[in-house]
Formats: sequence, structure tokens, C-alpha cells
Amino acid sequence: MTTITELAARDDRVASRPFLARLLSRPEVGSLVAAVVIFLLFMAVAEPFRNVANIGTILYGASTIGIMAVPVALLMIGGEFDLSAGVAVTTAGLSGSLLAWNFGLNVWVGVLFSLVLAVAIGAFNGWLLLRTGLPSFLVTLGTFFILQGVNLGVTRLATGNVASAGINDMSGFSSAQAVFGSEVSIGPVNLKITVLYWILLTVVGAYVLLRTRIGNWIFAVGGDAAAARAVGVPVRATKVGLFMAAGFCAWLSGMHLLFQFNTVQSGEGVGKEFIFIIAAVIGGCLLTGGYGSVVGASIGALIFGMTQLGINYAGWNPDWFRTFLGVMLLLATIVNLYVKRRADLR
Amino acid sequence: MSILSLENVGKSYGNVHALRDVSLSVRQGEVTCVLGDNGAGKSTLIKIVSGLHPHTSGSLLLDGSPVSFGSPRDAQSQGIATVYQDLALAPLMSVWRNFFLGNELRKGFLRTLDIASMKRICAEELSKMGIVIPDLDRPVASLSGGQRQCVAIARAIYFGARVIILDEPTAALGVKQSGVVLRYVVKARDAGLGVIFITHNPHHAYLVGNHFVILKLGRVVLDAHRDELTLDQLAAEMAGGDELAELSHELRGADPAKVVSPSVVERGSVEAPGS
Repeated sequence: MTTITELAARDDRVASRPFLARLLSRPEVGSLVAAVVIFLLFMAVAEPFRNVANIGTILYGASTIGIMAVPVALLMIGGEFDLSAGVAVTTAGLSGSLLAWNFGLNVWVGVLFSLVLAVAIGAFNGWLLLRTGLPSFLVTLGTFFILQGVNLGVTRLATGNVASAGINDMSGFSSAQAVFGSEVSIGPVNLKITVLYWILLTVVGAYVLLRTRIGNWIFAVGGDAAAARAVGVPVRATKVGLFMAAGFCAWLSGMHLLFQFNTVQSGEGVGKEFIFIIAAVIGGCLLTGGYGSVVGASIGALIFGMTQLGINYAGWNPDWFRTFLGVMLLLATIVNLYVKRRADLR
Repeated sequence: MSILSLENVGKSYGNVHALRDVSLSVRQGEVTCVLGDNGAGKSTLIKIVSGLHPHTSGSLLLDGSPVSFGSPRDAQSQGIATVYQDLALAPLMSVWRNFFLGNELRKGFLRTLDIASMKRICAEELSKMGIVIPDLDRPVASLSGGQRQCVAIARAIYFGARVIILDEPTAALGVKQSGVVLRYVVKARDAGLGVIFITHNPHHAYLVGNHFVILKLGRVVLDAHRDELTLDQLAAEMAGGDELAELSHELRGADPAKVVSPSVVERGSVEAPGS
């Protein structure tokens, strides 16, 4: 290391960058600032927000978004969108439920079938994208509509209804519910198991992205796919893998939906895909790929969780939630851009 | 000893024959210069050798036995490294991540990236090339063109064990940085690598080359050793030989030293040449 510092000292055009500037140039800084501001805002205006017991509720709301925001952020860093992510969650929940109910099977058979299906949908998205060379926006917009229709159509064919039939009296339900929908109490705080999954996914996602070879490849295929291919990165496998990861997380979300509420509404999930993307963007992911953070996306999800409940707790009309989100999205991206520019100049 | 040789290699994209009957050999410890104008087929040649596109006719021999690379990774694993004209660096990734992209060092049970070693090696290799980047965490996009070229070349030499292909490495550089790159070409030769140096600058080629191949419209028009050639001959061949003579004949009446007094030019009053 001595030679490097000596050499660095010789080139007096470049001074070393201050620690703060280096900290500020991290992608998740914008979202962290926003999260603190929103936290303080609701602490000030909403009485129930200060209640410790509500931490569980806030984190639950954040976790249902965060479980999907993590793979969506990875996918965006890898240069692709997934607009089918929201309805794929519903597809996962419905397919498991309908298969088990229709054939009177153990619920776990449905769970496994749903896993295979959800990952296969992700793989299909990736395969179609690479096969056709179309932008992922179009390909996944297509699967978004296909799945939306299939969800409604198949559910009505199987049950004559728009929701899947209740399966809580079937074998295997209680054990599956323990895995996907249970709850633990820590003091006054009730934590849903999804919070655990969310934190686990964030840790694993951030680790994979920053500390493994695959993470390096994800950054590279999003930043410059041709360059990545030229130095020997398996671009296709990386992209398909990212779509399959999104499929896996859609399965996890879908299973929670099913075992939390016992039935799944077949029209659910539409519009969720944008929430996942917004969480990732607030977290510092560039729409063009090659840059972003998993931790940032999870902070983005936390911002959603806080806002969703904060608006209720503050006694404001929840009609304004979406407006608030839009403003948040714009502010966060502008702050991200500004902070990054300032930090890079220093 | 020839490491890599091409025998009558051809490549067609549909009905376009980008490369026809190209033969050349790369020997250990020698610099083989491939020269040619735009569209001569230089890029296609690189793509075949580096494994981006398969050739459609002829054969590619590595150590005397025929090979066909399925992917750049395949070519790399057999010791063929390439520095591309467009540099092949991901702009938003840090310098050390780019340096080790596709060849990441890993350690431990979880196969975690060995970041400390990668940063150390990257800094050492770059300082060998005479460039200093104090913060290797900076994105490559914030470096100058010359620095980026150096990162790409240092990377290829560090990983390219046997044959290194340089695609117009001096095209976008200033005089001093071109010198650095050419010195590195010589170093790679002395280290026993076979170097393929693609360029359209005969002066740069003649400074370092042992063997010269000129491509024109996808065919080899000259294949000569340094002993059989002078710089002037090379420059003339490169510029098109006969074509240059023809052009100078055509422009004889042009009088390049003439200065025309300023006047208003009416629209349409300048004739197209040759009309």
C-alpha cells in the first residue's frame, strides 16, 4: 500500500476526498434523508405515530412492499423493469390456492406449484426479453396484462367467483400459515413474519450486490451490457436470474397474501408494480440501470409504510396518499440527483 | 513459434462478405500490426479472434489445433485478451470493479469478493502504467479518456496470458499518452505475449511492429515482415498506394497554397467536384 500512497502524494492535482463527500455520494443517502424527514413530520403531527405498539403495523406495511422492492431494485440496477411484479404476486397466491382447493390436495402441494409457476413467469419474462430484444418495459407490460386476465379468468372458471375459495379447513394450512403468515410479539410490538423476510431479503440482496461476483455482474449488465459481454460476463444468465429472483419474491408475497387472508382477490395487485419501482427509485436506483442500492430500496419501502399509516394517524383524508407519493418520488429523485452532483464535485 | 493463426478465415453477415480469405499468424514475443482504413474489416477480424462472433469459413488455429470460440469468456479462458476501441468499461462502476469485471477474485467459504486484494492489485497495475487514481472507488466515467484506456489495457495485460489484441488503442489519445500505450505494447511483447495491434496509423505501427498486415475491403493486400518494408512504403501502402497516386494526379490542379480573397458566395454557385 505504501507505493500507492506515495504515488498519490506525487500527483498534486488530486486531493483526497473528504469523508462526508464520500458518504454523501452513496446512492441511498437521498432516501435516508427523506425517511428521517417523514419520520419527524409524522412524529410531530400524528399522535398515534408516537405509540411504540404501532411500530409493528408500520413495519408490516413497509415489509409487504419491501419484499418486492428488493428484487425490483436489483432488476433495475441490472437495467430492466418488471411491470408484471404486482399482478405476479396475485398470480402466485391464486395458483397455489386454486390448485390445492380444486383437487383437494395438501396445501403445501399448492405452495410448491405456485413457487414453480412464479419463478417460471420470471424466467419467461427474461427469456422473451433476450429472445426478442424488445425493451423490458414492453415485454413485462405484455405479461402484466396477460396475468391480469388469467387471474380473473381462471379464478372465475374454477370457483365461479372473483376470489379464490377459503382453504383454512384443508390439510397443511396451519403449518403453511405458520411459515407465511405468523406473528411474534416483542414487548408491546407485534411483528409479522413478513418483516423478518423483508430484512433477510434486504441483507441477502445487499450482500449479493456488493460483495459477490454476481453483484458485480448485475452492475455491469445494467451499466453497459455490451462491455460486460465483451469481458466475459454471462449477460443472459444474469438477466434471466434477476427476473427469476423477482418471481421468487412474488411467490413469497403471494403466499403471505394467501395465508394471511385465507382467500385472494383475483383483481388485486394492479398498480403495485409502480409502488415497487418508486421505492427502488427513491432508494437511488437509476432508471437507466447500472447504479442503485438494495438498502435504499428498502428505505424507500419504509417511507411508504410510514406515509401510508402516518396519513391515517394524522387524521388526514387518505385520498391524498397517492398525491403524497408522487410528490415524494419527485422530491427524492431531485434530492438524490442534487446530493450526488454536489458530492461528486467535491 | 506461432501461437494463434488464421487460415483463409472469412466472415459474412448475410450477403455481405466482411472478411474474405484472411490469413495471418501471431507469434510469441512479436507485435503483429493489422492496418486498414475504415470498413476494411479490422473490427470483424477482432470480433472473430476475441470470440464475439464465429467465423463462417476457414479455420482458426490455437497452438496448431483448430478452435472456435463460443463466447468472449471462452476466448479469454484460452488466453486471448482484447482491449476494445470503445473500451468495454461500465461507466458507473468503480475503477477496481471494472478492472476485475469477469475475473473477480474471491475468497473464503462464501466466495465473497476479495475487495482488499483487488484494490491493491488494481492500484499496482495502474501505477505500472504511470497513472495514479487515488480513489479507486470512483466511477470510471469520472476518468479522462487516456486514463480509461490505460485501465482497459492494464486489465487486459494483467489477465491476458498469451495473446493480447489492441483495437486502435492510440486512436483517441494525445501524443504523450500514445507514447505510454506504445511503450506498454513493447513491454507486453518483451514479456513473451503475442500482440495484435490494430491501427490505422502507420507511424505508430512502424514504431513497434514486427509484422504488418494491411486489410482492404475485407481482404489482405499486404503481408510483410519489418525487414521487407520501410515506413514510407508502409504509409504509402496504407494510404492506398495506387489510389493515392491517382488522387494526387486528380488534385494536381488544385494548388493547395492558393488563397482566395473573401467574397459573397451565392447559394448554388459552388459546383460539386467532378460534375
